[in-house]
Amino acid sequence: MNEWSPKITAFLCNWCTYGAADLAGVSRLQYPPNFRVIRVPCSGRVSPKFILAAFRQGADGVWVSGCHPGDCHYLEGNFYARRKFALLKGLLEHIGIEPGRLHFSWISSAEATKFVEVATKVANAVGALGPAKYLIKQRAEVA
Amino acid sequence: MIRYTEKIRERARELLGQGKVDVFIGYKKGTVPLMNQPVMIKRAEDVDQLLWDSNCCLNLANYLTKRTEKIGIVANGCNSRNIVIHILENQIKRDQLYILGIPCEGTIDHRAVLRAADNQELLGYSEDGKEFTIRGAGFEKTLKKEEFLRTNCKTCQHRNPVIYDELLGDPVPENTEVDPFSDVKGLETQPPEKKWSFFQNLISKCIRCYACRNACPLCYCPTCFVDESKPQWVGKSIDPIDTMTFHILRAYHCAGRCTDCGACERVCPVAIPMRQFTKKLNKDAKELFDWEAGLTLETRPLFDFYKTSDYNEFIY
Repeated sequence: MNEWSPKITAFLCNWCTYGAADLAGVSRLQYPPNFRVIRVPCSGRVSPKFILAAFRQGADGVWVSGCHPGDCHYLEGNFYARRKFALLKGLLEHIGIEPGRLHFSWISSAEATKFVEVATKVANAVGALGPAKYLIKQRAEVA
Repeated sequence: MIRYTEKIRERARELLGQGKVDVFIGYKKGTVPLMNQPVMIKRAEDVDQLLWDSNCCLNLANYLTKRTEKIGIVANGCNSRNIVIHILENQIKRDQLYILGIPCEGTIDHRAVLRAADNQELLGYSEDGKEFTIRGAGFEKTLKKEEFLRTNCKTCQHRNPVIYDELLGDPVPENTEVDPFSDVKGLETQPPEKKWSFFQNLISKCIRCYACRNACPLCYCPTCFVDESKPQWVGKSIDPIDTMTFHILRAYHCAGRCTDCGACERVCPVAIPMRQFTKKLNKDAKELFDWEAGLTLETRPLFDFYKTSDYNEFIY
């Protein structure tokens, strides 16, 4: 039995969403196990290169989550990130990445229930699309 | 358009002669017809090389990066916007520049002209107002300029320079009736697989020569992402996914900065219309942030400021 389930790369901000994931864990809240979490210092740290690299290496979805606007640990990192992501999402969807593959959210470290909700939503959306078809680098990369 | 040539030479001679500028950047006739070259003039006696006609397609802002001397430069609409971007991004100082503004009536698409000449070799070119004439071995054709405008010139919204020290002619009327994004809008309604195959097909000829990057005035990073290793973001082969990654990132690096000058398409040896990538970003920037690059020195670049009320609908 080899049922496919999505692999989703999650870039979570150390100061909020990562904490929310932690809180969801210690609160024994159930959420889908499809995420490969990468802890970043801020959603503003997430370069479009990271997102492309995740897709290239076979991620079925990418989820970036940071602090609510106004709550950034570095005051304004997520405001800059928001502008970047708005255009990136538009571009990637324009070249053919399905709209349900790339997700963004603002989740504070107290919002374990929102984390579970959004994680479920993201996993369902990516799961519904099936395995990633585009932008996967097939050949082995030779160093 | 050709009427500007004499004025450019005259002013360049004066500026160089009076020592107001150390170097003057303009265009000169190329070695083959339709291919004007950028030129840097340092001596007043060389100014007669300068010219302006409908083949001045490369973006001269590309030659300003990190220069330290005083520079005279000709600038039409898109070039002037790129100069604004260069100033905002601290690649050059405004007071180093003496800008001769040129109200632009569009430049011509050399590929369309070559097709009209059945791809025969061209030996001569001349233009007169709204018409131009091409000559080759045993043929001569006079064509209407408006039918051969480059696609970005057809939909250009900023034909008059936005920044200049003197304007060499009367401003031309802006082209407000066309929709610059009609092709992008058409593609947006397609399903993902159509979009993917459209872009795969679009870049299938790419030989990864990076001419588009080199011609682009926005691409001045000391180390381009394509040359980075550890991590290597994109492979160097012509694997379709590597090529796609290159084009996505190249376009994205121009987000909120691209003036749609078309230098990338102009220099592409295999004629890839890669403006399809940047135009989508330009459209989103316009719709989401009411932003057009390089119009004024007063506002910071798109990604260098934010509003708390920015577009947030795509975030949970």
